[in-house]
Amino acid sequence: MLPGIIKIVIERKRQMASKAKNAQLDVNKQLETIDQQFQTLQILNEEGEVVNADAMPDLTDEQLQEIMRRMVYTRILDQRSTALNRQGRLGFYAPTAGQEASQIASHFALEKEDWILPGYRDIPQIVWHGLPLYQAFLWSRGHYQGMNIPDGLNIYPPQIIIGAQYVQTAGVALGIKKNGGNTVAITYTGDGGTSQGDFYEGINFAGAYKVPAIFIVQNNRYAISTPVDVQTAARTLAQKAVAAGIPGIQVDGMDPLAVYAAVKQARERAVAGEGPTLIEALTYRYGPHTLSGDDPTRYRTKEEDTEWERKDPLVRFRKYLEGKGLWNQEMEEQVIEQAKEEIKEAIKQADAAPKQKVSDLISIMSKNLDANLQEQLEIYKEKESK
Amino acid sequence: MAQMTMIQAITDAMRVELKRDEKVLIFGEDVGKNGGVFRATEGLQAEFGEDRVFDTPLAESGIGGLAIGLATQGFRPIPEIQFFGFVYEVMDSIAGQMARYHFRTGGKFDMPIVVRSPFGGGVATPEMHADSLEGLMAQTPGLKVVIPSTPYDAKGLLISAIRDNDPVIFLEHMKLYRSFRQEVPEGEYTIELGKADVKREGKDISIITYGAMVHESLKAAEELEKEGYSAEVIDLRTVHPLDIETIVKSVEKTNRAIVVQEAQRQAGIAANVIAEINERAILSLEAPVLRVTAPDTVYPFAQAEPVWLPNYKDVIDTAKKVLTF
Repeated sequence: MLPGIIKIVIERKRQMASKAKNAQLDVNKQLETIDQQFQTLQILNEEGEVVNADAMPDLTDEQLQEIMRRMVYTRILDQRSTALNRQGRLGFYAPTAGQEASQIASHFALEKEDWILPGYRDIPQIVWHGLPLYQAFLWSRGHYQGMNIPDGLNIYPPQIIIGAQYVQTAGVALGIKKNGGNTVAITYTGDGGTSQGDFYEGINFAGAYKVPAIFIVQNNRYAISTPVDVQTAARTLAQKAVAAGIPGIQVDGMDPLAVYAAVKQARERAVAGEGPTLIEALTYRYGPHTLSGDDPTRYRTKEEDTEWERKDPLVRFRKYLEGKGLWNQEMEEQVIEQAKEEIKEAIKQADAAPKQKVSDLISIMSKNLDANLQEQLEIYKEKESK
Repeated sequence: MAQMTMIQAITDAMRVELKRDEKVLIFGEDVGKNGGVFRATEGLQAEFGEDRVFDTPLAESGIGGLAIGLATQGFRPIPEIQFFGFVYEVMDSIAGQMARYHFRTGGKFDMPIVVRSPFGGGVATPEMHADSLEGLMAQTPGLKVVIPSTPYDAKGLLISAIRDNDPVIFLEHMKLYRSFRQEVPEGEYTIELGKADVKREGKDISIITYGAMVHESLKAAEELEKEGYSAEVIDLRTVHPLDIETIVKSVEKTNRAIVVQEAQRQAGIAANVIAEINERAILSLEAPVLRVTAPDTVYPFAQAEPVWLPNYKDVIDTAKKVLTF
């Protein structure tokens, strides 16, 4: 006869062992369960109808109008940037049309003091966070003053190395936590970015240290030409959060209200000390990957483009606001005019920036120039004075 | 003053700076409770708390990104890369990101980061641990690369590196960690980065070197002395930026030079030193400047280290070729 307590222990061990074995055998059920857990959050459907009133975020009429205003403005910025690029008046440009709800509504859920670590397509968010438009244009042209970010703006330079912003965001958010701040760090990447090691390291560090970070994945279906189903066997990108032990949410990224609601909740969790959130926004870029020679007709069909254009964030939000009497043609035209005017001014300002010299570039290499750089600086200054 | 090994001096430097500046943070794999695999951070978590000295998940790129993010939030991070052979995992964070932040932001962001990492041969580490990769770092604009050869230098250089507002790669030769003790002052003192040190004065030949090879070179100089040659040994201490002034001054005096490095031969620090000598002091030279280096193979397996690593005999042989040219 075994003493009672030992019998119980042995019995529990048996139960645990058999439970573990069952779990391993039923892998299909495991995958099904994951699929069920990651449903898409939508509030406003393609017709501009509220389909999920329970999830409706608390926004005033003025705030709703402001989101619309910014989305229209950003669509014009995209059109003008594309035109300016083709005229040779802008440099590197990654089109944003189609992604306005993901970009603008996610940014709208932030506070001025929050920190943004953008990818190269995320220029609208940092412009709405306060970066003067002419500086965004300077950055596009490759001028060193482009990302000399004015004091008081919590903006990082757009990341070029896909995924690198994710590991840095973990560090920024840990810094916020250590400094006792009540702000968040938010970062953006695309569907391709979720294949990078840095993506996993970033969300994993952020989860392990429970820091106030929001990781946004704008799943626009293609990493240049590679479709998302070639990136991963995962049915959603949101479920990648599970491995890091943090919440993952998939939202309709063409629905500004769903995007706003998800980011708002993530922000509230973050500042309450509950840690990071991963948000996947299902969206689409109407244009090419960048204006540096990409031709999307090589990898996307006209039918797919049309299908996504029907989901357009501006169309559905316009319908929604018109239905509430909050938007009309006149207001829209006013925003378009304002955008065109401001873009014209910003280009003028960018044109007025000083011509870059090698001596400028040497001067910004480091806080304190070493003797060798100092020597090179003198050589170039001498050359440039002639 | 206390007698310290190099690793004790390194720990002491971090203790001094943790105490002096609350923005200094130390993190990396196993640096907390365990004090690091070499015990470089021994006792620091207990003394300064888990908020200042903490373990990270096992991911070098994540450690690099964490350092960058923290630096932009006003901290002075000292991340440890457990062995420098693992640096490829964090090359983007180091060479792609932290080295460029100041430049990319038009001079806005400082990057006061010191990446500490053990490297170097002769202690029979497993594969991919011991490589001398300082050349890779030195070729990256925006990084300073510091390699101390003594306990005294290690402490003063590390304190300077921590106070520097640009990223510094601080490489600690594993063989030197506990190979000898030296008088090391208590409290704080700094040694300017980018300044070489004449470890032994001489008049017939300049032996320009750094890291563990400083000691092979000093031993060679002693042997050469017995044969009537007076060798000057220059310890670069910072391999990027180079202290060209000290190098040139020495060569102008001795008219002959060799450069000694543990790293493989091609495209490294030694080649760069010779290029600078050629450009600035060629008319002072009585003989070509030769190199003592490891061969251009992959860093070998542990048992092959003794035949592969350059040693004082190689230094003597090469020095004699130059002396008798």
